[in-house]
Amino acid sequence: MKKISKYLLEKWYVYAFAIGCLVIKVSLDMLSPQITKRMIDDVIGKGQKEIFPMLLFGVFFIGVGRCVFGYLQEFTFDRVGSEIAMDIRRRLFDHIQSLSMRYFNNTNTGELMSRVKDDVDKIWGSLTYISMLLVEVIFHTSVILVCMYRLDRGLFLIPVIAMPMVALFAIMMEKKLGNVYEEISEENAALNTVAEENLAGVRTVKAFAREKFEIRKFLSHNKRYYELNMKQSKVLVRYQPLFQAITKLLPVIVIIFGGHRVIEGKITLGTLGAFVEYSMNIVWPMEMLGWLFNDFAAAVASNEKLKKIYRQYPEITEPKSPERLENVKGNITFEHVSLELDGHSILRDISFDLPAGKTLGIMGETGAGKTSVIHVLQRFYDVTGGKILLDGKDIRKLPLHQLRRSIALVMQDVFLFSDTVEENVRFGKRGEVLREEVVASLDCAEAKNFVERMESRYDTLIGERGVGLSGGQKQRISIARAIAKRAPILVLDDSTSALDMDTERQIQENLRNVTDVTKIIIGHRVSSVRDADEILILQDGKVAERGTHETLWEKKGIYYQTCQIQGEVI
Amino acid sequence: MAVNATRTDEQVQTVSKRRTLARMFYYLLAYKKQVVAVLTIMLVSVVITLINPLIIQQAIDVYIAGEDWHGLKRLGIVAVLLNLTLVLLVKMRMYIMAKVSNEVLLTIREELYTHIQTLSFQFFDSRPTGKILARIIGDVNSLKEVLSNSVTTLIPDFITILSVVGIMFVKNWKLAAAALSSLPLMILGVAFVQSKSHIRWQIHRKKGSNMNAFVHEDLSGMYVVQSFGAEQETKQIFEELLQEHKDSFVDAVRYADAFGPIVDFCWGLGTMVLYFFGVNMILDGMLQVGTLIAFGTYISMFWRPVMNLSNFYNQLVTNIAGAERIFEILDTKPDLTDGETACEMPEITGAVSFRHVTFSYEKEKEVLKDVSFEIEPGQTVALIGPTGAGKSTIVNLICRFYDIQHGQVCIDGRDVKSVTIESLRSQMGIMTQDVFLFSGTIRENIRYGRLEASEEEIIRAAKAVHAHEFIMKMEKGYDTELKERGAGLSAGQRQLLAFARTMLSEPKILILDEATSSIDTHTELLVQKGIEALLKGRTSFVIAHRLSTIQNADRIFRVDNGGILELNSFEEIEK
Repeated sequence: MKKISKYLLEKWYVYAFAIGCLVIKVSLDMLSPQITKRMIDDVIGKGQKEIFPMLLFGVFFIGVGRCVFGYLQEFTFDRVGSEIAMDIRRRLFDHIQSLSMRYFNNTNTGELMSRVKDDVDKIWGSLTYISMLLVEVIFHTSVILVCMYRLDRGLFLIPVIAMPMVALFAIMMEKKLGNVYEEISEENAALNTVAEENLAGVRTVKAFAREKFEIRKFLSHNKRYYELNMKQSKVLVRYQPLFQAITKLLPVIVIIFGGHRVIEGKITLGTLGAFVEYSMNIVWPMEMLGWLFNDFAAAVASNEKLKKIYRQYPEITEPKSPERLENVKGNITFEHVSLELDGHSILRDISFDLPAGKTLGIMGETGAGKTSVIHVLQRFYDVTGGKILLDGKDIRKLPLHQLRRSIALVMQDVFLFSDTVEENVRFGKRGEVLREEVVASLDCAEAKNFVERMESRYDTLIGERGVGLSGGQKQRISIARAIAKRAPILVLDDSTSALDMDTERQIQENLRNVTDVTKIIIGHRVSSVRDADEILILQDGKVAERGTHETLWEKKGIYYQTCQIQGEVI
Repeated sequence: MAVNATRTDEQVQTVSKRRTLARMFYYLLAYKKQVVAVLTIMLVSVVITLINPLIIQQAIDVYIAGEDWHGLKRLGIVAVLLNLTLVLLVKMRMYIMAKVSNEVLLTIREELYTHIQTLSFQFFDSRPTGKILARIIGDVNSLKEVLSNSVTTLIPDFITILSVVGIMFVKNWKLAAAALSSLPLMILGVAFVQSKSHIRWQIHRKKGSNMNAFVHEDLSGMYVVQSFGAEQETKQIFEELLQEHKDSFVDAVRYADAFGPIVDFCWGLGTMVLYFFGVNMILDGMLQVGTLIAFGTYISMFWRPVMNLSNFYNQLVTNIAGAERIFEILDTKPDLTDGETACEMPEITGAVSFRHVTFSYEKEKEVLKDVSFEIEPGQTVALIGPTGAGKSTIVNLICRFYDIQHGQVCIDGRDVKSVTIESLRSQMGIMTQDVFLFSGTIRENIRYGRLEASEEEIIRAAKAVHAHEFIMKMEKGYDTELKERGAGLSAGQRQLLAFARTMLSEPKILILDEATSSIDTHTELLVQKGIEALLKGRTSFVIAHRLSTIQNADRIFRVDNGGILELNSFEEIEK
């Protein structure tokens, strides 16, 4: 994680420029009473008419100057702040994408979304208007303090006592608010999570007519969010008036003590008048300070949330100097592979040898570990025993990128992006896949016909997760997406389940013609695996039966029974 | 149905800004008492603030000049008490206002969310989830400051401005006119900037929404992204979206940041004109110096609230784009509603009939054309046909997830439109290909089918679909916490849980849309037996491609080309 201070240091010249503009603006502000004084004293009092136009121009010039420098200052702060925020967001996204499956399984989408969006927004605010106003407040106050010091050192004691009190209150408030904002940020994430889950599962919600239940669930979080916001307001209500009290009482106290000093003859009445005026000018910066610290506390709390994500490291990493394969042929070997997750044994002693260009079929009961075989092959989890070799090399020694990209996977749960059909097929190799290849892949997946029947054909927008397409259509596009990758290994994880038999048969036929690709086919239908060079039947994470269609048939075991139920013959 | 993709901007209906504003402040009307209280407090505060200079004047002119130390002390005590009262009032005002604005936010979000729940699939299908989320969370939050500032800034500042202008005109109308001469210029300038920045803030919100949608999609599809090794690609898209988001911000602040400077400029200009006329009038002997000095004070008393107001206006313009997006959803009429005469659906016996049903998702693209059939209670109906032929559409219509264009869908002889949606759907059990599980325990997930179900009933349902075995194998059994979407379970296990959930709801009509596709053949057989036992004699619709699944169907329909054809026997499929 790149620290905020580092960003500020990097962009110091931009901030210096913005602060420079700010200083000029405030200084011009301080000039204007001088001009008024000269107009009254010199032009009217002494009749020096010749300097009048110049003074008038001076007034105008101050207005223009404040306008120009004020604009430059604000715009520069906004601009540099947005650039830094953009970079923070970019890095955060990058980091999140590098994390492992286990992290995503344990973290809610809605929560991560609120980190990337809302929490970065808070930090963004602190980089733009908060820091700008803070600088302005500090500068303004310092100038006034200097003026006060020069006027009378005795009275100067009053603000000298008051300022640390203000600072103390500010720090106390920031600390209290920090805790509340921590909770608010947490609840914001919870709100996001509940709403996200509801929206993503809207079909289930509606199917069970559970709208009221869902509303209640959300409302309890909404209520809690409200309560936390009220808690924040209460802290603010407790401290903010303290700033007000100090700033309002300052002139009064100055008057009392200053008056005493005047009566004692230590200072003149004029000095006291000026001092009072200065102490009134300190009012708005001090009041502002309360608000600024409030927003600042929110930003700090959000930054803490980001730090928490950065403390997560990807579990699956590649070695420092990965051994890149010249060109992946697709020989896969599992050597006594086992996998344990959270104390549960998922895979036990799985071995097979799949030479390049051959096909492996995997069948087995629900939860037997079929998909886990693919997970360990693509290193979503690392094996806890044995090893997996790709072209004779342990996959843990390969560059992760190379490993994953040499395996084109069609998943059980089809996930399509809300983008055009063409872009979906291209996904993963956006820059490389040509239109012809997209069409050819769709053709191979028996999807070309229905895509061409759609109004905008290949440019048809697909809704999120493929909404608007039937289950079988989604599966076919996802098969096309894998084929278009032209990877040496193709994995079909139960990916023809929603297809009618004719289409399935046709796709199988098409895939058979794609030689020189190593294939792993997971399925429940005998028809999808029967032509494989080897078929594994998994049971409780172990290989229960193995062989070809014929040898397994002969065995009269699980496979044979399945064939019987499905009406398959030898 | 036009689908909005992640990377394309949404079309937000533009309504007049005034209406959006009026609507936003309408929420404050519910808090009349509080608003009045705040305004009263503000009035008292303004009075005290105005008294403060008088006290100082009194202290200097009378007591200090007269060297009356005791008098000064007494006055000092009064001043301290007065100002402490002021602080107390500020405290009250802040509290009331915070409560009001937070409550309004609570209400708006509640309304928005409740309203979204009434919308039909057409709404959800046509936009990415992340964009709806952006409205529920971000856009609502953006209104907070505007709401609280509206009462505390808008009204008091207007009062101050009006009274200062009044005093100036009473004292010397010529000088007042001179001092305010730059006001029209300011109004023009602010109006110009406003018109430019408003559109840009709208765009900025849309870009933020795109970004949110993309993050949502990327996170939801992380497995796909990582499996395809497409991190660089998605990163690139995200960076493009980020860039657009940032650029749209810079583009907007380029104008919005001019609000303050324009006021500053006009302030300077007005002061110059004031002094030009003022000094000349003094030199001509038409004006006293004291009046000009007083006007100098008035003019800053005038411009400071103007500056505040322009800041507030800027904030308003920035955030009104969020309000527009909220109200747009609130204005989306749910297209599937209970008719005015809708009654509760009595217990369904299970007769389903389609009478000349014609349906299309999009205009002119009919998915079903003049489809008619009658199903008697207790029959099992298999729907077969090529993918995309409309099998799922038929079952969606039985549940009234969409309304048909022509014809009638009846259950037990009642048009599905004539009964309340909730009473209809709660008697249906639909299992689709896409299983959705919620985060929470396994028990809670099954209980979703019937919220008041007992522990025994939950276990019975799980046993019926053979989910009980694998649940018990887990360390915490039914108390196992499921992660989002049921991550950690296999696809088949998720399907079994969803099955148990549907069984628990004891549907009068059961719809299985490829519901067993991820379950192995052996388990599938057991599940079927379980369902049969549990739902004996119920009408059911089965969509499946595996013959084994539909072997026991009473009737078989082949759906193709928008039409439907009944097959006489199982053997006929083989052709």
